[in-house]
Amino acid sequence: MNRRRKLIGGGVIIAAALAYMIYAGVTQSAAYFVTPAELRASAVPGKAYRLGGMVVPGSLKWEPRSLDLSFTLSDGIATAPVRYKGTPPDMFGEGRGAVLEGSWTADGYFKANLIMAKHSEEYKAPHDKSEAGYRELFKTLRGEGR
Amino acid sequence: MTADLGYGMTLVALGLAVYGGVAAGVGARTGRLALVESAQHAVLGVFVLVTSGFALLTYAFLTFDFSVRYVATNTNLGTPFYYRITGVWGALEGSIILWSWMLALYTLILILRHRVGARELYPWALATMLGILAFFLLVMTVAAPPFQRQVPVPADGRGLNPLLQDTGMITHPVALYLGFTGFTVPFAFAMAALITGRIGDTWLVLTRRWIIVAWYFLSLGLLIGGWWSYHVLGWGGYWAWDPVENAAFMPWLTGTAFLHSVMIQERRRMLRLWNISLVILTFGLTLFGTFLTRSGVIASVHAFTQGSIGVLFLSFLAVVLLTALALVAWRWDALRSEGELDSVVSRESAFLLNNVLLVAAAFTVFFGTVFPLLSEAVRGVKVSVGAPFFNQVNVPLFLSLVFLMGVGPLIAWRRASLDNLKRNFLWPVALGIVAAAAAFALGVPSLLAALTFATTVFVAVTIALDFTRATRVRLRLGESLLPTMGRLLLRHNRRYGGFVVHLGILIIALGVMGSHAWSVQTETTLHRGETAELAGYRFRFDGLSAVEESNHFKVVGEFTVSNGRALGVLRPAKKFYPQAQAPIAYVDYRLGLREDLYLVLGDFTRDGSQATVKLQVNRLVSWIWIGGVVLTLGALLAILPERHKSV
Repeated sequence: MNRRRKLIGGGVIIAAALAYMIYAGVTQSAAYFVTPAELRASAVPGKAYRLGGMVVPGSLKWEPRSLDLSFTLSDGIATAPVRYKGTPPDMFGEGRGAVLEGSWTADGYFKANLIMAKHSEEYKAPHDKSEAGYRELFKTLRGEGR
Repeated sequence: MTADLGYGMTLVALGLAVYGGVAAGVGARTGRLALVESAQHAVLGVFVLVTSGFALLTYAFLTFDFSVRYVATNTNLGTPFYYRITGVWGALEGSIILWSWMLALYTLILILRHRVGARELYPWALATMLGILAFFLLVMTVAAPPFQRQVPVPADGRGLNPLLQDTGMITHPVALYLGFTGFTVPFAFAMAALITGRIGDTWLVLTRRWIIVAWYFLSLGLLIGGWWSYHVLGWGGYWAWDPVENAAFMPWLTGTAFLHSVMIQERRRMLRLWNISLVILTFGLTLFGTFLTRSGVIASVHAFTQGSIGVLFLSFLAVVLLTALALVAWRWDALRSEGELDSVVSRESAFLLNNVLLVAAAFTVFFGTVFPLLSEAVRGVKVSVGAPFFNQVNVPLFLSLVFLMGVGPLIAWRRASLDNLKRNFLWPVALGIVAAAAAFALGVPSLLAALTFATTVFVAVTIALDFTRATRVRLRLGESLLPTMGRLLLRHNRRYGGFVVHLGILIIALGVMGSHAWSVQTETTLHRGETAELAGYRFRFDGLSAVEESNHFKVVGEFTVSNGRALGVLRPAKKFYPQAQAPIAYVDYRLGLREDLYLVLGDFTRDGSQATVKLQVNRLVSWIWIGGVVLTLGALLAILPERHKSV
């Protein structure tokens, strides 16, 4: 009986330690998923958020030398200015969806640490216009290469 | 035409599987062997039909038969030959047919191996296998049919997801699914044991090699997945705690726990209930993983009801778990263990702790993965926990597990005496402490890295100690060194296979630790002829060029690398697939034992005069793959038939 008690005691200690670790982990790394409208309504500067929305066409600015990327994210109701340091990832662009990890700053913009471009798993049927675009790009590069 | 033929075959296979399952069940209950034999024939029929279906689908891919919708969606005329074959399992419908085929194959092997040896358990195991097979065939007919007509027949298909056009994707899903489906067999025998009430050790003895086989394939699948993530996705990492990865990792954790707890039951007649629960849990997690990754539930709780696959999998999971739990409750008294734990300082308790920690790790991964769903369902807000959560919670668990890897195999059964402890652990502990001190002296960046290093050395020394002792005993008998070591490995292949696996895990642990502690990266934009510097390496940008491949264009950047002496040219690229929404990066790298150079091309100007590039020097990552090879070799050694004879 004594041994059994010890065993149960050990189990309780392990379970408690695990529960504490999970609790601490969640409180430290939980990020609320918000839309620009929700963010603008109640943003707490410095708190971690996941911000989801669409990149407003015409808002994207990319400065390759300084690696400064800025754009506006919209959910159709409100918009949020975003700044990021680094190359825009694949699948990222104006008019496309994106989910950002980062925080709201006191200076009134969202500072993104990570951009996850949203894209569907299915691929669109070949699009004549975009294909022409690729061909043109291809040609300029070819010409340059020679 | 092709679609109708394939669909017809699926329907007949479904009918046969249902019949076979019922026949085997009734045969088992009434003892009518003719019915069981009839079920065996049904399995053969299902296997032939699913194999034909799979071959038909492959043929449709090879011949660009766009009248089949799945073919039209997942390949196109420009796709190279081997990616047309892998395209067969490149998406949901194809992976379900691959899964069904493997399940049919395993059922057939089960018949061949266990038909004679396991009279009582076998018919019920067969019935269980057929029931599960029938479920997957049902999915193939109603929820995710690979054979569906495409009207009108398009001139060209849409093409395979460009990210999947990689050699890793040929083997990764195959290995992973062989692992997933492999756990079905131990589950089937566990159910048979519960139904017949023969819950002694027979079912474990029958399935222990199956468990190692399933574990081997699942490990292989995870490792190849990590390699794919590293060299294709272009973020410089191998593990992101993505729900898809977690879905495969959870059954690996519980499967690993099962692999160890089996030994306790064999040796000490303990943990019967625990073992049955673990095998149920592991099988349940393979189903849950498929549900998680294929139903769209990750995107939102509300998404999964849109497709029937999520509902189907969730219902089946519920049926499986409830049936299994009911059977466990029914056999509750018989499942109570005969053996008792004698002392806390014993091999049993080391293994028990190993099991508790592995299951705890599985639980934290589960919790982190479903946390966004839970919070969305309960509180209406989506809250996610990312990689930091998983790392923070799991690192202490994994470090303790590595430590136990050194303790478990050497500590005495029942009750370890002080002598036993001294004899086995004095040197390992001493050398572990020396290693930690040395690590600090050499300037290891963190306490965690030093601790990992010390633990690894501790475990490595225990393994070396055990092996040299065993060899020395034989050498004293006048045998010569190398043949002795070979014989030792082969005679006690389960034990030493396990040791080799542990060695592989140690090497992986060092690789993971090193890559976290020492990797560096930077991102920069260069004009042609300009040079960037990172960690003693110089990268000169020499311009862009364009290449046309069969199904895409490629823009290639040239970077000349040197560290005092010339190291060659790296060519990261961007690939433009006409059917894809955006270009994808193509990483170039130079692997090394100490460090990998890893280049990802970002943005560039159209005239080719300027490009943005991500430069990484990833330290010790290669040891993860080397450890992976060692681990799989160890698992293979353990799978070999066991020959106990002379000592």
